[in-house]
Amino acid sequence: MAQPTAVKKAWKTLIWLGVIFAVLIGTIAGGVIWSTATWTPKLALDLEGGTQIILTPKLESGETPSQEQLDQAVSIIRQRVDASGVSEAEVTTQGAQNVVVSIPGQPDEATLSRIESSAKLDFRPVLAASVATTSTTTSPSATPDPSLSTTPTTSPTNASDLAYITPALQAEFDSFDCNSTTADDAGQAPADQPLITCDSNGVKYILGPVEIEGADIADASAGVATTQNGSSTGQWVVDISFNDAGTQKFADVTTRLYGLTGVQNQFAIVLDGKVITAPTTGGAFTDGKAQISGSFTQESAQTLADQLKFGALPIGFTTQSQEDISATLGSTQLLSGLLAGAIGLLLVVIYSLIQYRLLGTVTIASLVVAAALTYLLVTLMSWRIDFRLSLAGVAGLIVAIGITADSFIVYFERIRDELRDGRALNSSVQAGWKRAIRTITASDAVNFLAAAVLYVLAIGNVRGFAFTLGLTTIVDIIVVMLFTHPLMTLLAELPFFRDGHKLSGLDPRALGAVYRGRAQFRTPAVGTTVSKKNAASKEAVKRQTIAERKAAELAGAKTGSDSNRSTDEGKNS
Amino acid sequence: MASFSQFGNDLYSGKRSFDIIGRRKLWYAISAVLVLIALVGPWLRGGYEFGIEFRGGSEFTVSQVANLDQNIATDTVNEAMPGANPRVSTLGQDAVRVQTDELDRTQTTTVQEALATAYDVPVTNVATSFIGATWGADITTQAIRGLIIFLVLVAIFMAIYFRTWKMAAAALIALLHDLVITAGVYGLTGLEITPAAVIGLLTILGYSLYDTVVVFDKIRENTANLDERGTQTFAQMVNLAVNQTLVRSINTSVVAALPVASILIIGSFVLGASTLRDISLALLIGIIIGTYSTIFVAAPLYAQFRQNEPKIRKHDGRVEADQAKAEKASVSAAS
Repeated sequence: MAQPTAVKKAWKTLIWLGVIFAVLIGTIAGGVIWSTATWTPKLALDLEGGTQIILTPKLESGETPSQEQLDQAVSIIRQRVDASGVSEAEVTTQGAQNVVVSIPGQPDEATLSRIESSAKLDFRPVLAASVATTSTTTSPSATPDPSLSTTPTTSPTNASDLAYITPALQAEFDSFDCNSTTADDAGQAPADQPLITCDSNGVKYILGPVEIEGADIADASAGVATTQNGSSTGQWVVDISFNDAGTQKFADVTTRLYGLTGVQNQFAIVLDGKVITAPTTGGAFTDGKAQISGSFTQESAQTLADQLKFGALPIGFTTQSQEDISATLGSTQLLSGLLAGAIGLLLVVIYSLIQYRLLGTVTIASLVVAAALTYLLVTLMSWRIDFRLSLAGVAGLIVAIGITADSFIVYFERIRDELRDGRALNSSVQAGWKRAIRTITASDAVNFLAAAVLYVLAIGNVRGFAFTLGLTTIVDIIVVMLFTHPLMTLLAELPFFRDGHKLSGLDPRALGAVYRGRAQFRTPAVGTTVSKKNAASKEAVKRQTIAERKAAELAGAKTGSDSNRSTDEGKNS
Repeated sequence: MASFSQFGNDLYSGKRSFDIIGRRKLWYAISAVLVLIALVGPWLRGGYEFGIEFRGGSEFTVSQVANLDQNIATDTVNEAMPGANPRVSTLGQDAVRVQTDELDRTQTTTVQEALATAYDVPVTNVATSFIGATWGADITTQAIRGLIIFLVLVAIFMAIYFRTWKMAAAALIALLHDLVITAGVYGLTGLEITPAAVIGLLTILGYSLYDTVVVFDKIRENTANLDERGTQTFAQMVNLAVNQTLVRSINTSVVAALPVASILIIGSFVLGASTLRDISLALLIGIIIGTYSTIFVAAPLYAQFRQNEPKIRKHDGRVEADQAKAEKASVSAAS
């Protein structure tokens, strides 16, 4: 028997559990000291309240957004908020034109801009550019001479055609000041018209009509740019890939621009009317991939990537008001939930002790370890991905008690099954474990699959649920593998359990275990006993068909069942 | 409790056995009735009641309030417009926000005036507006898409793990059964469907599948190596597996149900916490139904799905012949 190695392995496994706890506690402690982590999980909007932000569309007076535009905006804003974590924000419309975003906690400037900026991305060819010298912009003539021609002399043949630069546009461009307030409102030119705008370095541009729109972007992600030999430049960029239509357009445009010289070779990427970058075209790009570089930080690159991925808002918004909002459920609900959960747990403890005697303490200890692990993980995730516990989440965790306890129950029942077959306790533990862990991993895999799929695909509350489910499933596996099983292995060595004390819950006699030697000389008796029993007890016949009873008895005899014993017990019951 | 562990022993050895597979028509009939009630009942009652999170509603903002007690608003709205399901929170330092189910113009005015009186502010301080759904169609669409993909994946997973798609089919039918009945509870009791309720339903989805996989794994174990098990028909093997895991099923469902039941009782009778009550009711029924359906729907269905496979038919025929012979022998031995 390989028991000593099993015991050694058990201790080793328990040490690993200790390491997991130490790492979790250490990480959170580090987060508390050096970052924004806390020792308690953060609570969601319904339990803790947060901030209500009312957004009003930026529109000309008299214009009203359509319901469709508002719904689209709500959907996009929700995805943007969700992209940064699982905080379960509430996004809705109010009245005929406002969008209300309620998020737990206090939003910072970055969060606000992530929510409200429209993120309309356009690709326009550069027609003209000049580095504005700030000294000459002290007295800009605000309105260019209205007598200048505003219609091109010849009809432009493509977006790079300089015929777009009419005298009026040229005059406007000359007087355009990147630092003026009008520049802030610029960038609203229709897609088929040229646009005058600036980049963040004060370079002003005349851009041709829109060639490719943000809607043609299939996916966007943030990353660090690499040089040709693969080493990192440390500069944050946004990689985009176009859909089929975008790929075609991008190939056409880059082919055309590649043949042009000077600034006309440049291609401006315009976000919400501002040029982010205007790279020169080094060739025709036909693979539908492009990279936006600019002065990005990791955060701003990620924000832009998320915005591009989920699409531009159909209208721009400004923050109308930002107010603290209290919880709708309040602390009494949470307290009563926790109280009820505690009472429920107490009942579980009592039930386990009745069912499994002292073995029940293993269940209780395992549940305590599971609870501690869940608490630490929830706290850690509160800090790392802004996970927040809502009342529904608390209920989910309470249901998880059942699923977690089930793993122990499956395990214990398997051990008992092995004991019934006449094995010694320590080998029953190992044999039972082999079969139990298969069942446990298979059933947990199903739950984890549900969690993973819903986490990736769903949004809003459903995503929060998926997170909770995935977390508790992982905790279940960790606890049963790294705690319950090693603990059982060690307990199986204790005389109290090994010898099957009446209170251990593993008493082979109470479990009807049979010693194989005895069963062998009893087997011949099977036939007669059964038939006697059939004749004697009509109840038994009613309960089962004879064929079934036979089958069961035969199966029992095959595995070494003591049929003589069964009849005695049958009389007692 | 010696009797309970004795009960477990008897179930394990097959000494005592509940004929679950053989009486499948009875269980199917019970389930069919339950599903029918769950489907037709809510419709007769007038359909499901969706919460403000799904339908949108009316919003009242009471500003320049001296007393920020949220209960004033809750009581006022409940009195002025019963069934409006108010959600109250405070805004900033001196405002109260009340959201209710959608109200028409006169109802809005009634609530507006009642709130103004209750908080002792002029009526002009109570701004009203309509709000859209926070749980929009986009969340529902995404969730349903996620669910469908999950169900396809889980069916593939189970088919590979158990090496038969019939187990996956039986498990998914049982799952559907559980979801329909649990959802029916909402419709029948007139509980509002809130996001929390949907989360409760999803939790049941997880629990139901989990429970089925545990029992099916035992069935897989018992029915592996069909040829070596010459003493039992396929249905009997499935029945024995269900019986052998019965103690586990009872223990697990009790352990899972105890905390939920305590939330339900404490939540609804002692503290009147409505959200908790709504979720826990669905969860409790879901746990009971989930356990029931594994034993009485999924397992019999699986046995039925496979009983006509040529291999199993051959096996069953041989076993039945043996059993009949043994039967005769034992009867003659007894006489």
